[in-house]
Amino acid sequence: MKKLLLGNAAVARGAYEAGVRVVSSYPGTPSTEITEEVAKNYPEIYCEWAPNEKVAGEVAIGAAIGGARAMSCMKHVGLNVMADPVFTMSYIGTNAGLVFCVADDPGMHSSQNEQDSRHYAEAAKIMMLEPSDSEECKEFTKKAFELSEEYDTPVFLRLSTRISHSQSMVELKDREEKELLPYEKNIGKYVMMPGNAKKQHVVVEERQRKLSEYANTTELNKVEENGSKIGIITAGISYMYAREALGDKADYLKLGMVYPLPEKLIKDFAAKHDKVYVIEELDPFIENFCKSAGVEVIGKGEFTLLGEYTPTMIKKVVLGEGAPECSAIPEQIPVRPPVMCAGCPHRGTFYVLKKLGLVVSGDIGCYTLGAVAPLASVDTTICMGASVSAAHGMAKARGAEFNKKLVSVIGDSTFMHSGITGLVDIVYNKGANTVIILDNSITGMTGHQDNPTTGYTIRKEETKQVNLITLCKSIGVERVVVADPFDLQNFEAVVKAEVEADEPSVIIAQRPCALLKTVNYTGHCKITDKCKKCKVCMRLGCPAISEDGNGGVRIDTTQCNGCGLCINVCPFGAIEKED
Amino acid sequence: MTKSIMIVGVGGQGTLLASRILGNTVINEGYDVKVSEVHGMSQRGGSVVTYVKFGEKVYSPIIDMGEADIILAFEQLEAYRALPYLKKGGKMIANNQKINPMPVITGVAEYPENIFEKISKEAELIEVDALSLAEEAGNFKAVNVVLIGVMAKSTDIPYEKWVETIKTTVPPKFLDVNLKAFDLGYNT
Repeated sequence: MKKLLLGNAAVARGAYEAGVRVVSSYPGTPSTEITEEVAKNYPEIYCEWAPNEKVAGEVAIGAAIGGARAMSCMKHVGLNVMADPVFTMSYIGTNAGLVFCVADDPGMHSSQNEQDSRHYAEAAKIMMLEPSDSEECKEFTKKAFELSEEYDTPVFLRLSTRISHSQSMVELKDREEKELLPYEKNIGKYVMMPGNAKKQHVVVEERQRKLSEYANTTELNKVEENGSKIGIITAGISYMYAREALGDKADYLKLGMVYPLPEKLIKDFAAKHDKVYVIEELDPFIENFCKSAGVEVIGKGEFTLLGEYTPTMIKKVVLGEGAPECSAIPEQIPVRPPVMCAGCPHRGTFYVLKKLGLVVSGDIGCYTLGAVAPLASVDTTICMGASVSAAHGMAKARGAEFNKKLVSVIGDSTFMHSGITGLVDIVYNKGANTVIILDNSITGMTGHQDNPTTGYTIRKEETKQVNLITLCKSIGVERVVVADPFDLQNFEAVVKAEVEADEPSVIIAQRPCALLKTVNYTGHCKITDKCKKCKVCMRLGCPAISEDGNGGVRIDTTQCNGCGLCINVCPFGAIEKED
Repeated sequence: MTKSIMIVGVGGQGTLLASRILGNTVINEGYDVKVSEVHGMSQRGGSVVTYVKFGEKVYSPIIDMGEADIILAFEQLEAYRALPYLKKGGKMIANNQKINPMPVITGVAEYPENIFEKISKEAELIEVDALSLAEEAGNFKAVNVVLIGVMAKSTDIPYEKWVETIKTTVPPKFLDVNLKAFDLGYNT
């Protein structure tokens, strides 16, 4: 049976068909839907959200050593978090099939950098496959499990946003049940201390040699001949762009396995062509390999290192053809950047922080949007968890007075991910920072995933809920306050008191995400004739509130969800709720 | 020949559902299909773009400037922004709703005037008051299905096929409203 599937859904299907028994991940765009699809459709697979990628990866590793085919999925920066076990697992290998699926984000649709995860394959000496459409997503996932067991190695499956988030046709097959492989104690293989690791390193290098040979013969790498003198070496989504742009005007070496790369195959292909282009988004990974093997290719000299490619771009470079004729927009038009939703609980928090003129050490999540005008409250955003630890560093550098103007903001899920250790550092090293945990009862940005603070598992089973108050207290934070960020007056008083304190403090800003089904704001707000046109409400940066063209303000009822924050902020009581 | 349809709007307007209804309908017609979606941060009230391409064999899931046969726009400014993607001779179907982007709200930019007039100088434009029709259907959020209805009318795919997909794509709770919204769009 054929079905239209998202690349991510196809990876999930591949895991199902491959007889996978355990999937553990942390959400991250563009990888999130893989694990969600597993949870939704395949009850045969045990599946969980872990608190972070390192934990998730280690759960999958343990399951694979325990004899079950297992997978962990993450976005590119999630692989950084998981990198520690990855490098050692290259030495250990595996028992049952083990796949790490990593989704890069060229163009940074929803990321803070544009890292190219293929470098991890080379650095950790782990093979990497890269599909070009949903059908390949499914088939390569299955192949990855086979290869993992055959070569006794974890295998990377690399996706990119356009692969993860494009739907194309997939042929569904049945699940092949895999019995648990026996678990046998094997200290030399599973305990990586120097004596064992030295022996295992020899095994790794031997595996590298075998895989490099395999790369030359595997069907994952395909030559497509059209009798052209132009040769294209490419992989992943770039193959699709090149194929669309050039059709049968070029020959293709499509690499389904991007590490290790096939030296002989590349040399043979190049020898048959007058001009060889390497077309790959982000870094010159394949190109550098070709050049180091003495193969002359054209790559980043003509193609950009930045962002996503398009067929038009490729047509221009390879064939010298211009873009199709199109209409131009004869004026500068306003951009439409993402904004916090109407009713977003973070809006109250950032309104207060801006009003108090505090330095805000930010983090990764919807609340990164607190850096956008008019709130423009966030000062820094680096990576998951850095809001807490970086603020500690800032305070140590600039002293106690500066610290009274400094707060960290971090979401509930991000705090679980890697904020806790930063808070431990603050307490342990006698810091006095104020950390605001933005507890909106869910993992927001990635589309509502449960986490250890929500009380539900990925499959919505009830579970123990991490209590943020007792957690912070047990670390040694004695000042822990819960406050509603929509109660602006109280919230402001709480923030003022906590930044003044000479000891660490945590404010739990508690109000659920407005998009949750359990949140039932009703009606909408309207401006009454008591309005003095002071426009304080516009400082909220609510997408529903804008100028009316007559010096006053209007509320767009299609955008307003009746959350009432503007009612709280209006100094003249001029905003009312109506049904 | 590959058909390229671009759906543009503001995050939260339901462009994703529209692209899925379209994708699943054309599959049932036996075409190869690719649908490229947007998830994550861009969904939070920003410009959103999804591509639906179908034909005998589709390679690239994305649509470049000057390549779209049809643009289905959920909002005026987004219609205008997408105009360079329309093929010469292509068709723009646009909802007349206006949603102010944050730079307009904060006063650093102005919402362009007479957008539809400018678009119709360049391309065939079908203007739709999708919000009113959605309200008539019973829920202002059904704007997406109203617009799918309008677009459906300009394809060769029979009415029943669209209804069939809507029945399998939309949550049962909202089916009646959506079917009504589709009809209102289809018959406008």
